[in-house]
Amino acid sequence: MHSCLIGTKRYCFDGLRELMAKASPLRSGDALAGLAAESAEERAAARILLADVPLARFLEEQLIPYEMDEVTRLIVDAHDKAAFAPVASLTVGMFREWLLGEAADAETLAALAPGLTPEMAAAVSKIMRNQDLILAASKISNVSAFRSTIGLPGRMASRLQPNHPTDDPKGVLASIIDGLAYGCGDACIGINPATDNLGAVMRLLSMIDEIRERYAIPTQSCVLTHVTTTIEAIEKGAPVDLVFQSIGGTEAVNRSFGVNLAILEEGRRAGMSLGRGVAGDNLMYFETGQGSALSAGAHHDVDQQTVEARAYAVARAFDPLLVNTVVGFIGPEYLYDGKQIIRAGLEDNFCGKLLGLPMGCDVCYTNHAEADQDDMDGLLTLLGAAGCAFVMGVPGADDVMLNYQSTSFHDILYLRRVLGLKPSPEFAAWLTGMGLFDAEMRPMELDENNFKLELPHAAS
Amino acid sequence: MPLPENTPQTIRKDPWARLKTFTAARIAMGRAGVSVPTAAQLDFQIAHAKARDAVLLPLDKDALFTDLAGAGFPATELTSRARDRREYLLRPDLGRRLDPHSADLLRERAGSSQAPDLAIVAADGLSTTAIARQAVPFLETFAPLAAKRGWTVSGAFFVNLGRVAVGDEIGEILGARAVAVLIGERPGLSSPDSMGVYMTYAPAVGLTDERRNCISNIRPEGQPFAKAARTLDHLLAKAFAACISGVCLKDDQALECAEVPKVCV
Repeated sequence: MHSCLIGTKRYCFDGLRELMAKASPLRSGDALAGLAAESAEERAAARILLADVPLARFLEEQLIPYEMDEVTRLIVDAHDKAAFAPVASLTVGMFREWLLGEAADAETLAALAPGLTPEMAAAVSKIMRNQDLILAASKISNVSAFRSTIGLPGRMASRLQPNHPTDDPKGVLASIIDGLAYGCGDACIGINPATDNLGAVMRLLSMIDEIRERYAIPTQSCVLTHVTTTIEAIEKGAPVDLVFQSIGGTEAVNRSFGVNLAILEEGRRAGMSLGRGVAGDNLMYFETGQGSALSAGAHHDVDQQTVEARAYAVARAFDPLLVNTVVGFIGPEYLYDGKQIIRAGLEDNFCGKLLGLPMGCDVCYTNHAEADQDDMDGLLTLLGAAGCAFVMGVPGADDVMLNYQSTSFHDILYLRRVLGLKPSPEFAAWLTGMGLFDAEMRPMELDENNFKLELPHAAS
Repeated sequence: MPLPENTPQTIRKDPWARLKTFTAARIAMGRAGVSVPTAAQLDFQIAHAKARDAVLLPLDKDALFTDLAGAGFPATELTSRARDRREYLLRPDLGRRLDPHSADLLRERAGSSQAPDLAIVAADGLSTTAIARQAVPFLETFAPLAAKRGWTVSGAFFVNLGRVAVGDEIGEILGARAVAVLIGERPGLSSPDSMGVYMTYAPAVGLTDERRNCISNIRPEGQPFAKAARTLDHLLAKAFAACISGVCLKDDQALECAEVPKVCV
């Protein structure tokens, strides 16, 4: 029991699970779940109490029981006590100060990651302002590599997302050419297929692989289908670079996605068996997002931000190339408006980076959320400052297959320019070699004569 | 008015503009510096404005009810437990149930009339524009097919701030063999007025999405009324014969445009 007196009113919280939920910044999903603080004062009181909780307490009191949940078992069993030692005596409040202080440099933070649990990361984030989340995250760089290198300081990569409502190959190719010419695609060229049909998935994989080979593009391809479909595609000889899966922070939500830790490991091994990596062998691509556990009734009364942080413990067990929080896709009943989406994006980037992941973010919203392009400009710029590793590139920010708005190729050029960020080093060299960008990463003036990517013809 | 000769170029065009014929995606927009040209920016804003208005603008119910009555579907107005649009968006659970007053009204109605084979429910859902535009022409196309089968079909039960599952409660109270819920779908930038139809056999409170079949993207530019009406007719015939709906009816080649919904509105 945690309790405190504010004026004449006493606030009581029954255990870490309730304390964490009540301390969480307001969002519609926690209110929908009946977990949110009932007043602003109750929320502030919960934070005061949370700040006094020793970090080590999170090793003793699990929010979801060890016996009940394989994600909890993973978190507990993989905890590195030696790595935890530098902060083992701190409270949550002192941990915030430590993170913001000079002692917490890139090297120290990288060494600390295996010693932290997702609940510790979530707890400290709840008492951090947006600027704290940005400053602390900006100090961390988690580097991963396959053909390109992701997560280096001063770099901003992008997933080229060339979706098409019917997976029409020429329609997909048209968007790929557009994206490459705009300097996007260094995180991956990744399609959300309209169907999970194996044949269709294999055709798309071959198509992207062909164009990648033809122009020797230092990136990796991905068709974002269920991990078991990707395993089948690998068995049938498809050119698979990245193995994709949506994941969440509890065993039950992962079950609702049709996966568990063993299936993810099987997927990773299948991908590794092809040995296609050049710069490195990180080949898992995970997507996450606050609210997915609640929507599957699999949240165990844990607040949605803490469950999201637990998903990063799942991700880091598989040395991923990319982890992407799809922050505004889920809808207003989980994140109501631009303010909530922006906060969630910054929390996810911070927690993911603190736990050792190459974090990216799908800066996005649906048309029934109270958000617009101005909100996305804000979040995108803040994430750039916070050292986010990659964002999405969708033609004109309008995904014509998934019917939501993400970030555009133009948005990525904007972000790189305003913050002086560059594409991944291998990809930047390719862009200049192809005559698309100059050495300072300014777009070249292109016309029919100097544009080296061949355009498909209607008749061919 | 033509621009003076010395007007500077403000846009760089992309030499791959002809690829626009292959996709509706916003490719080859050109650039001003590295930013989006003004016309493309405003074009995006008008599309988003239409989608937002579809979610938020109130429906002209008088016009809809007049047209429904004209099409042979006299309307009864009901209300969900959500009190306003904001609460509707925040609390999907409230949109899935009738408010007690509406439920009483419906019970009275059910007591005095024969249970229909099919109950028709319409709800504004996430696009009022969709219901205003597509509900009546769809029902006009579907009515003759149902008549040919000899099914008895109810009038239209319109639910303010309703979600798909509210049809379960209405169907249960009426004792209908099946319910068809016409509802505005989440609008996309290129499709602000898409209507979905969700069919459930033996509707009852508490059923889940796996028990429904969905026909989506109904609008002249998407799935045409005639095709959607034929699919509903075919689905109902199968459901009445098999006494089930949802996942079990999915793998039927004849039902190419029907699907089990991944997520209901």
